[in-house]
Amino acid sequence: MNRNISTVAQRAPSALATNKVLRNTYMLLSLTLLFSGLTAALSMFLQMPPMTYLISIIGGMVIAMFVLPRFANSTAGIGIVFLITGLLGFGLGPILTMYASLPNGGNIITLALGGTGVIFLGLSAYVLATRKDFSFLGGFLMVGFLLVLLAVVANIFLAIPAMSLMISAVVIMIMSGFILYDTSRIIHGGETNYILATIGLYMTIFNIFISLLQILGIMGGDD
Amino acid sequence: MDWMKIVAAMAVIMFIVFLFPRARDMMENSPKGTSADWMSFIIPIVVIVLFVMLLIQLV
Repeated sequence: MNRNISTVAQRAPSALATNKVLRNTYMLLSLTLLFSGLTAALSMFLQMPPMTYLISIIGGMVIAMFVLPRFANSTAGIGIVFLITGLLGFGLGPILTMYASLPNGGNIITLALGGTGVIFLGLSAYVLATRKDFSFLGGFLMVGFLLVLLAVVANIFLAIPAMSLMISAVVIMIMSGFILYDTSRIIHGGETNYILATIGLYMTIFNIFISLLQILGIMGGDD
Repeated sequence: MDWMKIVAAMAVIMFIVFLFPRARDMMENSPKGTSADWMSFIIPIVVIVLFVMLLIQLV
């Protein structure tokens, strides 16, 4: 019997084992999520006021849009990624404090955190297992995201709870699409910079977590 | 606070303006997906929706 048949039947090496960008992205993503957790805990400990969230989000956005692209190809980019994610985590502090003060706040935060993890890991595993190319989603996701942002602007002034719920639900779906799209781009060589890949995936995780918190807070709140 | 609403709205509008050229470029240059491609996107999204509904039940 030809034993070489067994080599043909061997499983192909996983994308994670072969793709250096993917491995570095997941490594940096893990560290930034941990760092965000620490800055969020610090912010809760310091009992930062609610406006911290707005200031941190704006600061993080400005750095991500205008500073990070200049340093994305140098080691300084790693420091800037930690600055952005640390800032966003710090901004989460007052939000988490608010939810923690609800009667079932601890349950809501735990479920949102666990749910975010399951969604991210599940979708990433789906792309890594199927190796499907989701580049066709790019335009659709961006247009959907812009429409959601317009709805967000309207609801800042309208403050309709049902609209908030709808926006959060759509954000989860769009961010889920971005996880498929970004992961697929990494494994197919469309994204070769792990610093930019990390910040993209971090933003999707951040948005899913915030949206889940909002949905579970509205649906599970006693008020 | 009203000033916070105005600042938040301005930040989101700035973000939209920043993203718009990239969105237009992605719309024009994204490859077209087949119906099988779209199904491979829709199925996990439906699973996510069901999962979120499960989380709501658990609160």
